[in-house]
Amino acid sequence: MSKGRVWKYGDDVNTDVIFPGKYTYQPMEPAEMAEHALEDLDPGFAGSVKPGDIIVAGKNFGCGSSREQAATCLKAAGVAAIVAPSFSRIFFRNAINSGLPVIELAQGTDKIETGDEVEINFEAGTLRHKDSEYRFPALPPEVLAILEDGGLIPHVKKVLGTG
Amino acid sequence: MGMTFAQKVLADKAGLDRVDVGQIVEIEPDICLSHDNTAAIAKTFAKIGVKRVKNPERFVVVLDHTVPASIEKYAQSHKEIRAFVAEQGIHRFFDAGVGICHQVLPEKGFALPGRLILGSDSHTTTYGAFGAFAAGVGRSEMAVLYATSKIWLKTPATFRIVVDGRLAEPVTAKDLILKIIGDIGADGALYRSVEYAGDAVDAMSLASRMVLSNMAIEMGAKNGYCAPDAKTFSFLEQRAETDYVPVFPDPDADYEQTLHFDASALGPQVAKPHTVDHVSPVETVAGTPVQQALLGTCTNGRMEDLRLAAKILEGRKIAAGVRLLVLPASQEILLDALREGLIDTFVKAGAMLLNPGCGPCLGAHQGVLAPGEACISTANRNFKGRMGSPDAEIYLGSPATVAASAVTGVITDPREFF
Repeated sequence: MSKGRVWKYGDDVNTDVIFPGKYTYQPMEPAEMAEHALEDLDPGFAGSVKPGDIIVAGKNFGCGSSREQAATCLKAAGVAAIVAPSFSRIFFRNAINSGLPVIELAQGTDKIETGDEVEINFEAGTLRHKDSEYRFPALPPEVLAILEDGGLIPHVKKVLGTG
Repeated sequence: MGMTFAQKVLADKAGLDRVDVGQIVEIEPDICLSHDNTAAIAKTFAKIGVKRVKNPERFVVVLDHTVPASIEKYAQSHKEIRAFVAEQGIHRFFDAGVGICHQVLPEKGFALPGRLILGSDSHTTTYGAFGAFAAGVGRSEMAVLYATSKIWLKTPATFRIVVDGRLAEPVTAKDLILKIIGDIGADGALYRSVEYAGDAVDAMSLASRMVLSNMAIEMGAKNGYCAPDAKTFSFLEQRAETDYVPVFPDPDADYEQTLHFDASALGPQVAKPHTVDHVSPVETVAGTPVQQALLGTCTNGRMEDLRLAAKILEGRKIAAGVRLLVLPASQEILLDALREGLIDTFVKAGAMLLNPGCGPCLGAHQGVLAPGEACISTANRNFKGRMGSPDAEIYLGSPATVAASAVTGVITDPREFF
């Protein structure tokens, strides 16, 4: 269960505006990545995002580059989940691998605005916004296992017994 | 019911007779690529607790994104990568200057028909032009591939994109793929495998097919396949590192959609700021002033691109106030271009020659833009802030459109020069 305040963005939010290329090849810890989160889309985001906040966006969120920092920076900024009608394939994988829940919500994202509160029930596959409740499909078990272990690296350490 | 190319490759790699759309399989890729991000991947790999890279012969590392290092942090990363590949026995290492990874892998004979290739770079799709199943993954996934050689993939549905007719010079594969992306949108093929087919694709050079496969990701596709043919086999004859078995879709494969385009009717196309699907015919933006023109990248830095641009630049000068940057995609191409006199043409026209590499395409290195500037580029992305300032504008076009615009100083229909 996750209840949070919404940051709302449009369609096709790309990885360059989430985490600019000029930082992509500079070694950085996640906390520093968070300072640049959404820098070229919403310069006010990094300074005022609170742990537990939820991003709701339009279709094709995370399109573009394979840079994993686009997911890592949002996770490190405290974002609890990203909700969109669709995600770019590589961003989707990167988010799961970073332990950041991504929710494909076919309907309802257009009704949600910045500052609204939404409540997500991951087990039930529901998102509550005001008086409406929307359903989303469960992740495949192989993918859910990665998310539940906190991301790909902790998951693989568990599987390999190297943790 | 037969299987698509994606189904056949994934079934083969999973050791199954058949896989269906949506089915998740665990596979071992034939080749895995990483580049300057190998420094970060090596650090993640160290956290896994496995000391040695499993199957180091399957990994290729190419330094191309920030070469030669322009800041100390890049230099340090490159140094760490050199030490990592030496320590781990990754012998397929190509240091700064050899070229852009997506050009180097085909040139060195690693991008082979039927292979499954994954790279921690979204434009890994490029190798689909050689009949490989090639897709991008993230850095953590590459670190896990170092440790285990294994990864899960979901079997995608497939779009067949059939292009009839013939492209007429100076209209190129770049104009065609921009038209396709503009029509179907940045998520038009989201999560789909794309198979390009039709007379126009059959007639294309491998360099042109690479443009189609390279930009498949810009419509959201997982991979972009062109059926290998005599041209492919001939290119690979002296290059392929091993024997290979081409994979073709079954004639009765089940396609989610078949889309038709006509190459003969196509004119030059431009993607306008700030999305790749914001496409219109060049005439609609003709006259827009540009301060920079970029010829190169993994999309359009090959000999046919340089030759086309040189046809326009031969005996001409670029406009005052325009910076024309030329980056051949590899050392091999740079040498060919030198031998043909193309570099002579570019430099005499006033261009700056940069070393093979990604250059300014992703704003991490040379040739970035100031606020208020505009660039016409042969690259594959025009996102806000991609090449420096978020207040700069990037237009994407063919090598001909870039060369014509560099000469006039404004976005120009290259047909005016033919």
